[in-house]
Amino acid sequence: MNSQGRDSTPHSVSVTGDVVTFTGNKALQQEEALIFELDNPGAVGVDLPEPVTTKTRLGGLSPRPGVGLPQLAEPDVVRHYTRLSQKNFAIDTTMYPLGSCTMKHNPRLNEKMARLPGFGDIHPMQPVETVQGALELIDQLAYWLKTLTGMPAVAMSPGAGAHGELCGLMAIHAALDARGESHRRRVLVPESAHGTNPATAAFCGFTVDTIPAEENGRVSVEAVKAKLGDDVACIMLTNPNTCGLFEPQIKEIADAVHAAGGYFYCDGANYNAIVGRVRPADLGVDAMHINLHKTFSTPHGGGGPGSGPVVLSEALAPFAPLPFVVHGKDGFDLIEHAKDAGKAQPFGRLKGFHGQMGMFVRALAYMLSHGADGLRQVASDAVLNANYVLASLKDVMSASFEGPCMHEALFDDRFLKGTGVTPLDFAKAMIDEGYHPMTMYFPLVVHGALLIEPTETESKRTLDQFIGTMRHLAQKAIAGDLAHFQAAPRLTPRKRLDETQAARKPVLRWVKPAPQAVVAQAAE
Amino acid sequence: MRYLPLTDADRSSMLATIGVDSVDALFRDVPDHAKLPGKIAGLPDHMGELAVERHLSRLAAKNVTASTVPFFVGAGAYKHHVPASVDQILLRGEFLTSYTPYQPEVTQGTLQYLFEFQTQVALLTGMDVANASMYDGATGTAEAVLMAARVNKRNKVILSGGLHPHYREVVETTCGIMGMDIRAQAPDWKNAEDLAALLDAETSCVVVQTPSLFGHLRDFTALCDAAHAKGVMVIVVVTEVVSLGLLPSPGSMGADIVVCEGQSIGNGLNFGGPYVGLFATRDKFVRQMPGRLCGQTVDADGKRGFVLTLSTREQHIRREKATSNICTNSGLCALAFTIHLSLLGEQGLVGLARINHANAVTLADKLSGIKGVSVVNDGFFNEFTVKLPKKAAKIVSKLAAKDILAGVPVSRLYPDVEGLDDLLLIAATEINSVEDMDALVRGLEEVL
Repeated sequence: MNSQGRDSTPHSVSVTGDVVTFTGNKALQQEEALIFELDNPGAVGVDLPEPVTTKTRLGGLSPRPGVGLPQLAEPDVVRHYTRLSQKNFAIDTTMYPLGSCTMKHNPRLNEKMARLPGFGDIHPMQPVETVQGALELIDQLAYWLKTLTGMPAVAMSPGAGAHGELCGLMAIHAALDARGESHRRRVLVPESAHGTNPATAAFCGFTVDTIPAEENGRVSVEAVKAKLGDDVACIMLTNPNTCGLFEPQIKEIADAVHAAGGYFYCDGANYNAIVGRVRPADLGVDAMHINLHKTFSTPHGGGGPGSGPVVLSEALAPFAPLPFVVHGKDGFDLIEHAKDAGKAQPFGRLKGFHGQMGMFVRALAYMLSHGADGLRQVASDAVLNANYVLASLKDVMSASFEGPCMHEALFDDRFLKGTGVTPLDFAKAMIDEGYHPMTMYFPLVVHGALLIEPTETESKRTLDQFIGTMRHLAQKAIAGDLAHFQAAPRLTPRKRLDETQAARKPVLRWVKPAPQAVVAQAAE
Repeated sequence: MRYLPLTDADRSSMLATIGVDSVDALFRDVPDHAKLPGKIAGLPDHMGELAVERHLSRLAAKNVTASTVPFFVGAGAYKHHVPASVDQILLRGEFLTSYTPYQPEVTQGTLQYLFEFQTQVALLTGMDVANASMYDGATGTAEAVLMAARVNKRNKVILSGGLHPHYREVVETTCGIMGMDIRAQAPDWKNAEDLAALLDAETSCVVVQTPSLFGHLRDFTALCDAAHAKGVMVIVVVTEVVSLGLLPSPGSMGADIVVCEGQSIGNGLNFGGPYVGLFATRDKFVRQMPGRLCGQTVDADGKRGFVLTLSTREQHIRREKATSNICTNSGLCALAFTIHLSLLGEQGLVGLARINHANAVTLADKLSGIKGVSVVNDGFFNEFTVKLPKKAAKIVSKLAAKDILAGVPVSRLYPDVEGLDDLLLIAATEINSVEDMDALVRGLEEVL
């Protein structure tokens, strides 16, 4: 290793014929050490003022001897993280058709608005009279969410979609307890559901009863009715479902569950497909979380933060968690405690403060930009793009279901049968072509699933190029060029990574290497 | 419709390829009664960028921002200066607009910074391993309580009276529904609590906070020893993570799980979110740890690389047997944390912690000089409790009217507890100048 933590000997020639360089770098593709290996003792990346006093009042504790952090000046830190950024696919750099994740364009206006000091630089515990604009923004966003979904109430605080699921199921739990029906502890979950659904139900102390999918990828009202009983708390259904299909019997299913005394939880991860065209209230939904980071374009940031407000029916509204915004006599007020909640019976608190305010600003900016007319067009274009992909590929790749699909197109691995190419190999070959792969092996109801979600922010030109690439790869696989797929990806900073080793012998942090002398001594 | 690239000509040609004559035909599975015919009543049509900016800027202008007034509000969220380069890097599209790193070959950037983040968190907390972040400190604390129950299969939980009451409520809500027996202690504003006496063979864990909500400091070594002798896990919560630059690490005191709110490093106040929960534990508990983990491995050429790992603990594999239902982390907030901490480095973090403490000592001395005002704490980091001769909530309101944000009245956090009305939590950080402090002192003298 040289002083920058990089190899100081040339890399060997690999079988794929890579060009060798002294540093391991390849023009813009730079090797980057861990920040700890770049430690430059004595350097610092900030200028801090001198303390105004050297007096301490630590209540008898001794100051800590040290932390062990590396030291770098600002240019080295900026370069380090900029180089890391260049090792990422992102929706800004490539089409990202990751099914069920809704990777759409993230408008920069939203970022600019969230960074207004009036939103970014206010404290959750400031006096409410000093944050009236923030409370008004939350109220406006709540209004949009309620109006779009047709639901009377919304809980704003959940920190992500799965957290929203938890919120919805806790509201159902509380409502059942209030009805004196605490014996209702069974939750019906289709086998195609997101893994978070059964995990959430179990988290709330419910037992999970799985509903098998029909041949056509849907849940049938008969299958649901067969499971109903007076111990059913609710059904958790995703609509449009994870096969990319609208559940045509959804209202009948909701009615049957209601007639049996249960509630209907809708997983709203796929709301993007129907926003502005279908109101969940008209489908009989009692609770549905809305992933602001999917439908309303707040950026995913490599996995978060998300935001998962939950719209609620009249029956569940009183149980919404604390805190919430109300219209007070002197402007907006924040209800932080059950004793101030009037007739409401909040089931508790889900998050440290009031929710993901930064995401609220971004989502409202997006809603205002699109308006009601634009959001309806969002759903139309998302569905049109997915169906265009489905129609253009179904002769070379095996479509799992006849169309139309909603905002994502589901294929499976039948077209790869006998080729030796796995969906994973196929996905890795897409990477070399400059695309982030689609979602693989989900949903579980079809074998070797390939779930493609283009979203509404892809142009026809991009879709045509993508379709051309997919056709080329499919034909290449069918023609028997197995080696091409098994060697992919060739052009990435790293080749395929050994995930088994990572799990068997977990290395979850950097540890400072022992000094050479100590190592030598230990070896003697 | 500037975010939608399809033209009407594109749409027509695509519909022809699909073989339908309208988009409506693609929605044929939607029952007719549920189809919205056209516009939704009560919502406006689309607005241009200028109009959206004006609308939101008007709302933003109604708020009093922390940077523009003397500002001493803490209680779990702290105003610190964040270097400009942090946000500039966050705004890079390759970080901002990427997804969970499911394809490691093209997400080494995200994976490597998560690995660096995990290492930094382990170092700060004095623990062996950390995860790739939680939603926030409060949700992380609830997950820690559930994790302790998985480890020792016990049901009783003791929550210190020094724990932030919002954290207590999140634990009560989240773990209560799992049927856990949660015993929350009375607000420990005098730092007199004896938790060791409450532990028994049924106790799963005890949750303590340092600095406590009221700003008190304690050495938890004896508590950890007493707890471990009874098989009880100790969860240490830190809501002001900058304090770890000066105070002994929870790991050095014997903590089993450490949870922090990481907002203070790299992340703004944002009216309460998004924030970033830090979560660290001992090696032996790693398979019971919730949340995402990034691990080091090698690629097909033997080069070092990183992947998400140990996901067999997680919801997408174990479904109803999952350790938690979490399927995300606070990636971008963790990135902000990791960049800011890298800029600070060893010297910078220690220096920042010392300035925070020095400002708080200076402010406490100044406030002690006001007639009728006393500082409750013997020791503190950058936040302490003062006892006022009048109701703190009224004083805070009067000072807000003078554009001084003085702190958090304890009664706002404990509306049901008698005898706390005259207590005020006051935080000082590196942003507070001597002029700010003098403005607070003068303001207090005027309204008392």
